[in-house]
Amino acid sequence: MAVMTYLEAIRETLRQELRRDDRMIIYGEDVGVRGGVFRVTEGLQAEFGEDRVIDSPLAEAAIVGTAIGAAINGLRPVPEIEFADFIFPAINQIVQEAARIRYRSNGDFGVPLVIRAPFGGGVHGALYHSQSVEALFAHVPGLKVVIPGTPYDAKGLLASAIQDEDPVLYFEHKAAYRSLKGEVPDERYLIPIGKADVKRQGNDLSIITYGLMVSYAQRAAETLEKEGISVEILDLRSIRPLDVEAILETAKKTGKVLVVHEDNLTGGIGGEVSALIAEHALFYLDAPIMRLAGPDVPAMPYSPPLEHAFMVTPDKIAEASRKLAKF
Amino acid sequence: MAGSDALYGLGVDANKIETMYYYMVLSRALDERMWILNRQGKSAFVISCQGQEGAQVGVAAALDPAVDWIAPYYRDLGLVLYFGMTPRDVMLGQLAKADDPSSGARQMPAHYGSRVHHILSGSSPVATQVPQAAGIAWAAKLRHQEGVVMTSLGEGSTNQGEFHEGMNFAAVHRLPLIIVVENNGFAISVPQSKEMAITDVAVRAQGYGMPGVVVRGSDLLAVFEATREARQRALAGEGPTLIEIKTHRFTPHSSDDDDRSYRTPEELKAEKKDDAIHLFRQWMIEQQLWDEQRDRQMRQRVTHEVNDATDFAEAALYPDPSTLLAHVYND
Repeated sequence: MAVMTYLEAIRETLRQELRRDDRMIIYGEDVGVRGGVFRVTEGLQAEFGEDRVIDSPLAEAAIVGTAIGAAINGLRPVPEIEFADFIFPAINQIVQEAARIRYRSNGDFGVPLVIRAPFGGGVHGALYHSQSVEALFAHVPGLKVVIPGTPYDAKGLLASAIQDEDPVLYFEHKAAYRSLKGEVPDERYLIPIGKADVKRQGNDLSIITYGLMVSYAQRAAETLEKEGISVEILDLRSIRPLDVEAILETAKKTGKVLVVHEDNLTGGIGGEVSALIAEHALFYLDAPIMRLAGPDVPAMPYSPPLEHAFMVTPDKIAEASRKLAKF
Repeated sequence: MAGSDALYGLGVDANKIETMYYYMVLSRALDERMWILNRQGKSAFVISCQGQEGAQVGVAAALDPAVDWIAPYYRDLGLVLYFGMTPRDVMLGQLAKADDPSSGARQMPAHYGSRVHHILSGSSPVATQVPQAAGIAWAAKLRHQEGVVMTSLGEGSTNQGEFHEGMNFAAVHRLPLIIVVENNGFAISVPQSKEMAITDVAVRAQGYGMPGVVVRGSDLLAVFEATREARQRALAGEGPTLIEIKTHRFTPHSSDDDDRSYRTPEELKAEKKDDAIHLFRQWMIEQQLWDEQRDRQMRQRVTHEVNDATDFAEAALYPDPSTLLAHVYND
């Protein structure tokens, strides 16, 4: 078992899957010769050739639209959208087409497609290289949305996504690419889409989160432990479908829930998680559900003080947790 | 414009000519029946092929349904019939019945699709099928499959970004794709002069490094010839072709539209003189390939088929409400 960064885990999974399934192709802007702007696909074109790792025209609707057609005609496309912020020209193809083709054809057509996209801020990316767009897609039946929070999960979730018969959006946090490291088995393994994971056991309160915020919550939990507050962390891993059972279980266990995400507060995943708990576990709660999320501004500003003020940080998570614990 | 003089160089025989004529007549008759059902309150929505049958059947006849794929749009009744949809199939969709093969009656009528017939499922947002058709062609190329892909759309839809992105992608990868624009002069109510500053949509092909040709939709054999040439180019690895077919829409946009507010009866009357069905029949008779008696017999056969399809679909069951939640995902 090797220690890998989050980015390396994704790259090695792509390599393993390309070797395993000759129907799989990767394409997107700069993914070939350059190996991607973040180097996620570095070396893959050299190993698998220009027919399987392909530099595409700069046109997101075409990237996803052609991937839909290729998937329908027997390939396993894993296109990359260079930044999640640039996925919007492809929304028509993702939401109206990929998500609805199985339903609208009464099951005659399916679209096995994985769209990878780096997302998230804290990397001086400003408004258009920092966005979290997962809630927009999590609203759409027919799509699956996964966001790994560790290198281990990055591998198992990506392999599952590539094997899935339906369109999956796989969002990778840019700040996690090189900052997160962990042990990743060499052999192939699958993490089921729709299964959350308790990353830390605790008794006083539950933090329900995903993506980069999992590691931030862990740092907060370590601080809080020294203060005598025992925190449980539930990593959702899949935003759609949500693991309702795991969400209710941790809510019932600790009776206090803090939902954390970097995406905007209003209409974010936190609202859905809170509603589920309110509907099904209200009388187990000892405090109102609390949400900590990115503020409702259009996107993340560039200047460091503004960016920092936007970002959800370990300190902010610890502070919110203290308030909740005291309630 | 390409002409149809060289009939006997086209590789079509009398049987093929009769088949093409039959599909045009069948398409028109089915379409007319849909309007009757609509006005009887039995079908909520009709969107027509009327006026475009020559374009659709001329294209379809030059393709090979065994190996080729089509990604049509909602007017392409003639195309999907030629590719294997039956009148019963079409009427099941028209009357929103459970066994509609395109969508189980989830979509509005005319949103055709069938994997077994190589017809890509279509939606209502226009031009989305162009990059998808390019993707099917791309997979075919990478997998060394036989055959080509044809996608069609109206001229108004060529203003959408996905048309341009799909054209560009197909040209870059020299894909076996034929893009057919059925130019009927109107995007619902907006005439072509307000849709674009060019006369021929075909010139848009130049911007992507592919040939663009113009043919008249009422000249069935010219459409056939242009499509056959585009298919040969595609099979030879020479890439995509844009074919613009100048055609007509003899009906309002849909059963919910009233075209009297944006075009005069005189304009429509003039357009109806350029009807592929009528002109092709005349030509067949001149060529001594056809006569009035055979025409009557064929029309009787078509009427019978349309009646059968109507009766069959009227007697068929609606989908069970319990199926509402099925097929969101594979599981």
